[in-house]
Amino acid sequence: MTETLPGVTVPDPLDEAAVTAAVSRALEEISGASTLDELKAVRLAHTGEKSPLALANRAIGALPKESKSSAGKIVGAARGRVNKAIAERSEVLEAENDARILVEETVDVTAAPRRRRAGARHPLSTLQDRVSEIFVGMGWEIAEGPELESEWYNFDALNFKPDHPAREMQDTFFVEPADRHLLLRTHTSPVQVRSMLERDVPIYVLCPGKVFRTDELDATHTPVFHQFEGLAIDEGLSMADLRGTLAHFARQMFGQEAQIRLRPNFFPFTEPSAELDIWHPGAKGGPRWIEWGGCGMVNPNVLRAAGIDPDVYSGFAFGMGIERTLMFRNDVVDMRDMIEGDVRFSEHFGMEI
Amino acid sequence: MRIPLSWLREYTQLPAGATAEDLMAELVAVGLEEEAVHRPADSIAGPIVVGQVLSLVKEPQTNGKTINWCQVRVVPEGHEQTLTGKGIDPSGVQGIVCGAHNFAEGDKVVVTLPGATLPGDFHIAARKTYGHVSAGMIASARELGIGEDHDGIIVLSRLGLDPEIGTDALELLGLTDEAAEINVTPDRSYCFSIRGIAREYAHATGTAFEDPATQVAVPEKLEGGYPVVLDDRAPVYGVPGCDRFVARTVRGVDPTRPTPPWMVSRLRLAGVRSISLPVDISNYVMFELGQPTHCYDLDKLTGTITVRRAEDGEKIETLDGKIRDLDAEDLLITDESGPIGIAGVMGGASTECSDQTVNVLVEAAHFDTVTVGRSRRRHKLPSEASKRFERGVDWEVADEAAQRVVDLLVELGGGTADEAGTDVGTEPQRPEIVLPAAFASERIGMEFSEELIARVLGDLGAEIDRRGHDFLVTPPSWRNDLETKEDLSEEVARLVGYDKIPSRLPVAPPGRGFTRTQQQRRRLVQALADAGLTEVLAYPFVSKAANETFGVAEAGAARPAVKLANPLSEEFGWLRTSMLPGLIEVAKRNHSRGFRDLALYETGLVFLPADGALGTATIPPLGALPSEEELEELDAGLPDQPLHVGAIFTGHDSPAAAGHTPRVWDWADAIDVARLAGEVLGVDLVVAQGSHQAFHPGRTAQLSLRSGELVGVAGELHPKLLEAHDLPARTVALELDADALFEAAPDVIVARHISTFPVATQDVALIVDAAIPADEVKEALREGAGELLEEVHLFDVYVGRGIDEGKKSLAFALRFRAPDRTLTADEASEARAAAVARAAERYGAVQR
Repeated sequence: MTETLPGVTVPDPLDEAAVTAAVSRALEEISGASTLDELKAVRLAHTGEKSPLALANRAIGALPKESKSSAGKIVGAARGRVNKAIAERSEVLEAENDARILVEETVDVTAAPRRRRAGARHPLSTLQDRVSEIFVGMGWEIAEGPELESEWYNFDALNFKPDHPAREMQDTFFVEPADRHLLLRTHTSPVQVRSMLERDVPIYVLCPGKVFRTDELDATHTPVFHQFEGLAIDEGLSMADLRGTLAHFARQMFGQEAQIRLRPNFFPFTEPSAELDIWHPGAKGGPRWIEWGGCGMVNPNVLRAAGIDPDVYSGFAFGMGIERTLMFRNDVVDMRDMIEGDVRFSEHFGMEI
Repeated sequence: MRIPLSWLREYTQLPAGATAEDLMAELVAVGLEEEAVHRPADSIAGPIVVGQVLSLVKEPQTNGKTINWCQVRVVPEGHEQTLTGKGIDPSGVQGIVCGAHNFAEGDKVVVTLPGATLPGDFHIAARKTYGHVSAGMIASARELGIGEDHDGIIVLSRLGLDPEIGTDALELLGLTDEAAEINVTPDRSYCFSIRGIAREYAHATGTAFEDPATQVAVPEKLEGGYPVVLDDRAPVYGVPGCDRFVARTVRGVDPTRPTPPWMVSRLRLAGVRSISLPVDISNYVMFELGQPTHCYDLDKLTGTITVRRAEDGEKIETLDGKIRDLDAEDLLITDESGPIGIAGVMGGASTECSDQTVNVLVEAAHFDTVTVGRSRRRHKLPSEASKRFERGVDWEVADEAAQRVVDLLVELGGGTADEAGTDVGTEPQRPEIVLPAAFASERIGMEFSEELIARVLGDLGAEIDRRGHDFLVTPPSWRNDLETKEDLSEEVARLVGYDKIPSRLPVAPPGRGFTRTQQQRRRLVQALADAGLTEVLAYPFVSKAANETFGVAEAGAARPAVKLANPLSEEFGWLRTSMLPGLIEVAKRNHSRGFRDLALYETGLVFLPADGALGTATIPPLGALPSEEELEELDAGLPDQPLHVGAIFTGHDSPAAAGHTPRVWDWADAIDVARLAGEVLGVDLVVAQGSHQAFHPGRTAQLSLRSGELVGVAGELHPKLLEAHDLPARTVALELDADALFEAAPDVIVARHISTFPVATQDVALIVDAAIPADEVKEALREGAGELLEEVHLFDVYVGRGIDEGKKSLAFALRFRAPDRTLTADEASEARAAAVARAAERYGAVQR
């Protein structure tokens, strides 16, 4: 007597209808299983050792030899159908399960923490690099020099006459002892003089750097600021070359629409001298000309101070403030924001300007 | 320089309707930059008319005041009032309450009628006051914005005026005029006059110009006047302090006569207030012709006037009532009583004109620019006169200016001019400039015809001769700025217009790109930002104490620093010797603004003078190449100014957030970033236990190059220092000599040959004295292990149970690999044993 589970009827392996009925029951329960656990129970019930079909299969052994083959076919086909249905159902339920787990693992990506501190360049420093790159791209060299400088380089070599008002204490930081002719450079022009003394003509240099004037810090003044000055010395240079260089530079800085304007002005180190304005289409309060810097043809006395023959060579020079450029290019309204080192100012710019 | 339009119009074709803005737009093309517009009409508007007081009833008030209840006729008798509006009486007579008492029935006054607006956005309307309806106001000079006097109202007769009733008072008082203010560059002194501006306006517009200096009739020859001697025995730079002195005498002047309103108005628009008739006339002529003049009370003068330098111990009481000690370089106007004026700067009190003055001596002199500039600076007496003399006045115009003053004193002051006059001095040689015809074209980069050049120079007032293709140019007497052919080329370009200059891009020779040092600087600055630090730019001005704390490693050690002679603040009067004081200030500022998690860095120059004198006793002259020795001496006088990089870290490394616990910056971060700074340049920094008075004595690393050269410091700042600066405990910092790093960077990095044979890893734990630096033990392991060791790193430091007091356990991971074979376990163990043996030998290390 075969052991059966309660309520399980073992079909006669030769009774095709009974076997089919068992298969139908199995298939019905398989498709009704909604979780992998339920399916496992169904599988045990219909394919386990005590399942009707397993028992029917076992019963084949007891059948007469001539019936074994057909009973085997009937039961084998039935078990095949059930196993296949279980495998299919299992695949479906596993896929559902996987999907559910992924859904359950959902996070709020908007709450992702910033783990790394994003660093930042000071925009004046970035702008200075940007300007330098434009001129290096034009084949110019970048020149640097000391910030604490001899009065000769800062004034005399640049044709500032000894009693020129710019030499007065009101504008220039002198250092002690005051009669030793040392000062904090008031412009980057001393670097131009050094460039002329160190290099052979032709000279095309850009001198960016820190400069100093005795202005108290307020919204539009600072005692420490940055400039870049350009100097070109070659045969046959004229104001047309100066204009062309500035126009090219302005387009690189401000786009193809940028325009420049020259107005007569006076500087001891250039003759003729000009004020450089740039057309600012995006200026607050409407498009207008903005004063950008000074420029002109190098005064022959400056060439002489550097040992360059003004009858053979001529040159042009120009200079702009980096703070000023940043102010109108990037709408910085208060000089103090550039000076005080408030991290919000630099971090807003990041690595760009 | 402010230019009243009505004044300019006298000598130019300035259109009647032109505004100050129109004028400035024209002048900007010739290099006179716009500054501001001064337009009274922007703040004052009519109806403001001349009225006559018909009746005046004094009415005492309970508050103790007495008011005048006035009937004022504002329309001529028999005419109709054409104005309408609230408060305008159709009869042409207004009832007005007035608190002033300086007028009487019959006086003509200025009436601001209902509907008028006065400066200060003061609207006039009929209003009830003191029991009457006051339909308007009788105006004082202050209420009209034309003077300070507010005690009394304007009585027109006292200004010498008797206009018809109903006349527009704005017009009458010059309040419809306006001024353009322009910036005059220091070379163009002649533009500090209506005369100069008029000429420039003519240049800018191509219109006609009348020279005001030619409008006065000067006698052929001035002689027999007041005796004047020019006696400068110490000219500056060889230029005589005074090379012309014109003196004229006007007798019987009434200095109390009113200055006519048109003159007051122009002076006011030009920026000076009316003082007295003689002073006003003197100022008026200065603004008109650019020549400062001075009026002496003739009866206060004693004997011959001598222009000379001051003598030792001389003093003068100047017009402002101050007694001034004179310097031997001061140029003086003296008479036999002593100094009566500092030339070109300020007159003396003893010979000043007063209301009692009857006879006036007018001075129009020509003084040296440098002499006047130095006296002005020495005595801190900037004035309209010194401004002009310092920049240079037209030598030729002195007699014309004196004549103009004389004419006005006669016309307005009722005086009589002496026929005799004084004019002494010698005209300085004017330069003759050789201008090759092609020069301007070459310098400007555009073609100028010879005809055009000749015309431009002629327009300027220059005298021109020709020699071959050269122009021989003698600039006009008022253009002391024109000295070279370059100056003349600017004039040609300026008058043709800078906007006509073409544009041509010159091609520089093939460049070298950034120099190696420039690339290194850029890389360093960028790498620190990439590492998450924020770049700041602090001022290099620091306190003496800050330099003494940060600039030297040891307390009490002396490091010279550069002191500013004229700092903005005495406290921060020194140039930095370290980057850290500036970074600390910036960190504090950010803290005070609520930002506590900071990683800041700055690169910049520090100033490190050696002992010994800075600078040079003298400097080479202008306009010539100094000798090699002179240039070397200049450079030898400069202190060392290396580029440093500093950084400071406070608080956390990142913002706290859900799911993220930030790390607190610690001493190791400072060392780590310092090493990173080295690595991005290819420089391997040697870290050793160090000390620095500004840093925690036990948490300071000194950073050196492999050569042994000390290049920086990193670690935790000293707790006491942080407390003093109100910064959080455990704030860390670093500073490196960037220039030293740049120099130490390898020129060429030799490639490493990569072995693909398998790695053999072995760990070792060593017990050593707690004081022995881990890095040194690591070096011993490295040396002992030999060539098979690929890498060694410290992965644990343990102190506590199982380790004796005063000892520590260091756990290292050693990675072995051979270039040519697979290592056997024995080979690796052997190398490890050799490594341990070296550590044991050198530091008594015992394997755990």
